[in-house]
Amino acid sequence: MIILTGNDLKTGAVTWWNGADWSLYVDDAVDVGEQAEEILAREEALRRVNVPYSIQATREDDGKVRPAHIKDRIRALGPTVRPDLTLKPQSPEAIDWVI
Amino acid sequence: MYSYDHYDQAMVDARVEEFRDQARRRLEGKLTEDQFKPLRLMNGLYLQLHAYMLRVAIPYGTLNSRQMHALGDIADKYDRGYGHFTTRQNLQYNWIKLEDAADILADLAKVEMHAIQTSGNCIRNISSDHFAGAAADELVDPRPYAELMRQWSSFHPEFTYLPRKFKIAVIAAEKDRAAMRLHDIGIQIVQNEAGELGARFYVGGGMGRTPMIAPMIRNFVPLDQLITYAEACLRVYNRYGRRDNKYKARIKILVHELGKDEYTRQVEEEFAHLLSQGIEPPLAELERIRTHFADPAFEDGTKQVDRSDPDFAVWVDRNTHRHKHDSYVSAVISLKPVGGIPGDATGEQIRIMARLAKQYSFDELRIMHTQNVVLPHVKIADLHALWTELETAGLGAPNMDTIEDMIACPGLDYCALANARSIPLAQRISERFDASDKTARLGELKMKISGCINACGHHHAGHIGILGVDKKGTENYQLSLGGSEAEDTSLAKITGPGFTEDGVIEAVDKVTDVYLEQRQGEERFLDTYRRIGMEPFKEALYGA
Amino acid sequence: MGHDLGTSPDDVQFRFRDDEVVDHGTVTVDACCDQTNATAVRIEPGDDARVLLPYLDRIALVEVNFPSFGDGRGYSAARILREAGYTGELRAVGDVLIDQLSHMRRCGFDAFAPDKRLDEEDAARAFATWDNVYQRTVDGRRTIQELRHE
Ligand code: HEM
Ligand code: SF4
Repeated sequence: MIILTGNDLKTGAVTWWNGADWSLYVDDAVDVGEQAEEILAREEALRRVNVPYSIQATREDDGKVRPAHIKDRIRALGPTVRPDLTLKPQSPEAIDWVI
Repeated sequence: MYSYDHYDQAMVDARVEEFRDQARRRLEGKLTEDQFKPLRLMNGLYLQLHAYMLRVAIPYGTLNSRQMHALGDIADKYDRGYGHFTTRQNLQYNWIKLEDAADILADLAKVEMHAIQTSGNCIRNISSDHFAGAAADELVDPRPYAELMRQWSSFHPEFTYLPRKFKIAVIAAEKDRAAMRLHDIGIQIVQNEAGELGARFYVGGGMGRTPMIAPMIRNFVPLDQLITYAEACLRVYNRYGRRDNKYKARIKILVHELGKDEYTRQVEEEFAHLLSQGIEPPLAELERIRTHFADPAFEDGTKQVDRSDPDFAVWVDRNTHRHKHDSYVSAVISLKPVGGIPGDATGEQIRIMARLAKQYSFDELRIMHTQNVVLPHVKIADLHALWTELETAGLGAPNMDTIEDMIACPGLDYCALANARSIPLAQRISERFDASDKTARLGELKMKISGCINACGHHHAGHIGILGVDKKGTENYQLSLGGSEAEDTSLAKITGPGFTEDGVIEAVDKVTDVYLEQRQGEERFLDTYRRIGMEPFKEALYGA
Repeated sequence: MGHDLGTSPDDVQFRFRDDEVVDHGTVTVDACCDQTNATAVRIEPGDDARVLLPYLDRIALVEVNFPSFGDGRGYSAARILREAGYTGELRAVGDVLIDQLSHMRRCGFDAFAPDKRLDEEDAARAFATWDNVYQRTVDGRRTIQELRHE
């Protein structure tokens, strides 16, 4: 699937396109298919999100979304060397998902 | 150390207001990201993987306890409770909100700090010897010259849109502790036969994709022509540096393509012309700046360290440096605890270091390019008390210049340009070497890790260097040996095919074993490598 | 000589001189050196401003083109001309934006013809950015270092 991501203009936080808005959680990301360019242009013009771009990802059997590149998996979770600052501070094993 | 007068303060204050206005226009949607990007970059604000990152300039790595304290407060108030000290002797915050950036700059301005020219194709923060003004072996304190150049390079009207970024280092000792010849311009303050001080210019060094060691282009520039000569070097670069290819735009490529002699000829010609223009600041200004760097009131005291506590003795041996006054030493606070993140310090730790500087070091601190902190002037009599406090704060790691004191860039955990993570490697290597006690046996071993070819982690200049590369979407690491950024500058050579994360840690283990087997006498890793060459290491790594 | 090259007087948004605006087009640097009657010339980023030095007496307008704001060669070109004593109009044209105005002024530009007209108020603020300056340039301003030691 093709999903969209960027950084929130105000906070810089990593966000994912959920079909209507930008979510902090990669699992909310939706497949935009052919519409990537159109949504990116529109959202860029609205200036809520900084330099949004499209990436390849897969939806796993449990419904979770996994970006194809490690860089975007680190973006989705947070720094692997600071589990306390990731989106899942309670589960350090989440780091394994990145790698 | 230097403190602003109303002129300096007004320059910085003006910049804060200007940026506040720019950020407001961006948040209100009046500026596009394309228009805003160069403006935020000129104020050190990057967009990284997880948030905005703010890079704060620490001119020639010197700061006082009030400034250090403010850096700790900013970490707690606007970031997530920590900051990252870099190889450029700066500090980076990793979790900054655009909405807060102008307020942070205002907080910095209150303590005479800023983020000006910490990014962009301009003259960047000037770096220097972290033991400047304290080291027993220096000719003079290099910082007055660095400060003169800071002023000259701030908002320079001709050199704000250079082909590429531009880094200058100033030292004044034969021992190079600032990687001087790996800068775009490296300046060594020297004395001529008549006993006069002058500046020796090296131009065209750098790391990144094409590492180069700067050749010397002028043996002696009189101090009342220093700025004029620098201006000539920059003007030739601004006019003829390549602008067609970002990777060939650094001055090192220009010097390389023209040849050192032709570049030098052009600089000398421009210099002769600029001398007629009277652009040099008055020498009285250098005198004024020098008074700011006058020695503090050193007092005679104990010259002997009480070594009865063995842990303390190890720390003294590793982490202190000879001072020009024999009752003092410079003490290195390691930001490389075993398993820790190189260069990171919490807001609380930063404030503790500020307090210790006030108490024990005439209010002064230095940031090292090796991502540690120095208290430059500590009484030998106070050393044990200082060490005890450092231990309590988790800042007492006795590992300066050992393999555990490695440089590591932020890598893929933070950096948008990275190919691979650097920090986990640093953590695992320090844990492994510490546990096996090998660190001590290896002695001085400078290890440097970069997460991509930009070489922020100086891997080209490591006795052992590691470079993260992308191998079909997975992290892979190249190992290199034989680099040095000291006065015996050399560039490391790649051993051969790359390794996985586990593989490269094994590989580091193996090459250090080769050294331990082969070393003669007092040889460091680097010396043994230089004597026996790459082959024995290759054999250990890849088999016959 | 037509208007095939360069900006017309109408394009000049800011001008800090009182003399008449040169009302004909500019020629390339090469052409300017060849034609003994050329009085207006346009410098592109790759041109060497120094080849014009023998002809400065007859030149009344030099346009320095900035095809993109990030290419800073024009700043050196401008200073070189002023340092050689050029007193005619020095016009910055092309991708000239608010945040470059104060630096350009300091390098000797006294006329500005931006591709996109700039907000007058923003520009006025930009020209007045620095109460004082650290470097001595061709704008003749006394530097902070000089003021400190008066
Ligand atoms: C995370 C944000 C960072 C970004 C986006 C970044 C970006 C870059 C880039 C693009 C280069 C290549 C420059 C070139 O070759 O032209 C570079 C080089 C460099 N950076 Fe960084 N960097 C970052 C962090 C750091 C840190 C944390 C340090 C210190 C630990 C650092 C110190 C350096 C040094 C010393 C170089 C090599 C300079 C040279 O080529 O001579 N940077 N950086
Ligand atoms: S070396 Fe590469 S990965 Fe490391 S900080 Fe620099 S740009 Fe980022």
